[in-house]
Amino acid sequence: MEPLMALAIGLLYATAIFMMLRRSIVKLVIGLLLLSNGANLLIFTTAGMTRGAPPLIPEGMMQPLGDVADPLPQAVVLTAIVIAFGVLAFAVVLIRRAYEIVKADDLDKMKDTDT
Amino acid sequence: MRPEVALPVLLPLLSGAISLMFWRSRPMQRFVAVAGNVALFVVSLWLFIAVLADGYITMQMGSWPAPFGITLVADMLSAVMILLTGIIGLAMGIYSLATTGRGHEKFGYYPLMHLLLAGVAGAFLTGDIFNLYVWFEVMLVASFALLILGGERAQMEGAIKYVTLNLLASVIFLTAIGLLYGTVGSLNMADIALRMDEAEHSGMVEVLAVMFMVAFGIKAAAFPLFFWLPASYHTPPVAVSALFAGLLTKVGVYSLFRVFTLIFDQTMGYLQDIMLWGAVFTMVTGVLGAAAQYEFRRILSFHIVSQIGYMILGLALYTPLAIAGGVFAIMHNIIVKTNLFLISGITHRLQGTYQLKKMGGLYRERPWLAVAFFISAFSLAGIPPLSGFFAKFVLVRAGLEAEAYVATGIALAVGLMTLYSMVKIWNEVFWKALPEENQVPQAYTPAGDDGRLLKPSLWMMYLPVVVLAMMSLLIGVFAEPIMLVMNQIGDQLMTPSGYIEAVLGASASAESALLDPIEIQAERVDNGLEETP
Repeated sequence: MEPLMALAIGLLYATAIFMMLRRSIVKLVIGLLLLSNGANLLIFTTAGMTRGAPPLIPEGMMQPLGDVADPLPQAVVLTAIVIAFGVLAFAVVLIRRAYEIVKADDLDKMKDTDT
Repeated sequence: MRPEVALPVLLPLLSGAISLMFWRSRPMQRFVAVAGNVALFVVSLWLFIAVLADGYITMQMGSWPAPFGITLVADMLSAVMILLTGIIGLAMGIYSLATTGRGHEKFGYYPLMHLLLAGVAGAFLTGDIFNLYVWFEVMLVASFALLILGGERAQMEGAIKYVTLNLLASVIFLTAIGLLYGTVGSLNMADIALRMDEAEHSGMVEVLAVMFMVAFGIKAAAFPLFFWLPASYHTPPVAVSALFAGLLTKVGVYSLFRVFTLIFDQTMGYLQDIMLWGAVFTMVTGVLGAAAQYEFRRILSFHIVSQIGYMILGLALYTPLAIAGGVFAIMHNIIVKTNLFLISGITHRLQGTYQLKKMGGLYRERPWLAVAFFISAFSLAGIPPLSGFFAKFVLVRAGLEAEAYVATGIALAVGLMTLYSMVKIWNEVFWKALPEENQVPQAYTPAGDDGRLLKPSLWMMYLPVVVLAMMSLLIGVFAEPIMLVMNQIGDQLMTPSGYIEAVLGASASAESALLDPIEIQAERVDNGLEETP
């Protein structure tokens, strides 16, 4: 499973970077979206994947029986997803406003504040 | 139970929430902005005094024992940063009253300001690496919204670069956290530090160190990752610019200091040269960029980059004295840089422009403003007896002791170049006569940032400027006791065992230094720190 996940993560990162290097701001945001998804998947994978063993403690006991999945990366990924969602919602609104004001979706036309 | 550790985070969140409840009431929001920031300042002072007495103060969130729950830790470095946050927050709260246009106030300027301060304070206090990421995001989202408040074209263009590069940095940071967790299996920074010493030194640790360096390097605006900063910092309303200039990049620098002294202290030998040259180039490119500019805030933005170089130089030299100098530079820079932005706001109010070519004659018109600028600008350039001199003095001495002669020489030369830019502003804005074509009419009523007329309530703008200029002067005069605090920071950061002990308890770090993580776990069970089955 891990090699497959590694491949998927690598693909996500590569696609994301490629999209971010394009000039269109819409593709820029798609790139950011893919990038954050790649990062989430990466946390999930590096922390070790355990199949079919939810970290539940049976009633009346103080610790789970046998090996269970690590619950921490799941909590971390959940938090990261929520943050990424909020930030991307902002980014989408931003590019819309930017498009309305600059009247272009081309990053090359947004160079007024450079230099 | 030490409430002073949590309060600097909770208070701004609370003020933000109260401010939101009074969404329609502008006077109430303004009142909360000042009252909340006064409270934040008082609490930050409390924390500082408490840390001065005790050395370390920790608090386990929800009473979960250390490596499992989230820990808030205040060591000397955190306490100083929090104190500075309190000072700048208060200065901004007052200054914003006079400069924020009604349009901005209506769209939630004050709640966002509180949220930003909460994010900054949280990042300074947390002892958990993922929690650090979360506070970074809180801070970022608030800063995004503040940056585009008003919605002018320049703001949008600046914001796209700012948002993209900061989100990219966040993702790199998150990726590094994921890999770090995969490597050592903990998120608590003290626990990671402990396990990192035990972990076999594979290439993975170096890769992680570089990832953290890049992520925080982008946030700190270090060479060659700083391009988002001069493209965006001069676009928002001036109070926002000042707040960003004072605090945001310093959170990145703080994280570099924290992570590289605590977690990657063994990797520093490998990264030291990269960081040293990064610092040197940051100084040089920043100051050269500033030399080419003729817009007040843009010059100052490039100087932020240049000053970041000094701070990172302190970390790169990696001796207790150098760290002390680096933190001194952070402290001095937060106060002075914010003040310069505030002064640029006043000159904008008086003359209606940020273009140096169109300004002039302010020395004759407002001599005391000129004095305040003089103090701040020359402090930035490092002229004795102002605060910048001592920061630079300590750094140069540390550099000579570490035999990094080239870097030290360049640091001194950059000081001279800084003086050039500051003298340029002084000449153009204060000294030369106002250009004929830009005579400001006698009955000039300054416009607010959103185009509406504001009452010329200049004293609210002067008050923070004068106080911050006085502070820069006082830091110079009382450099000795401040240096004692800085030396303590240097010692604390260079001996991370104190931090680890404070977080995990004395038993964990004293005995486990030679044990592997599994045995540490067993140790904790024996000590009753964990629930036994």
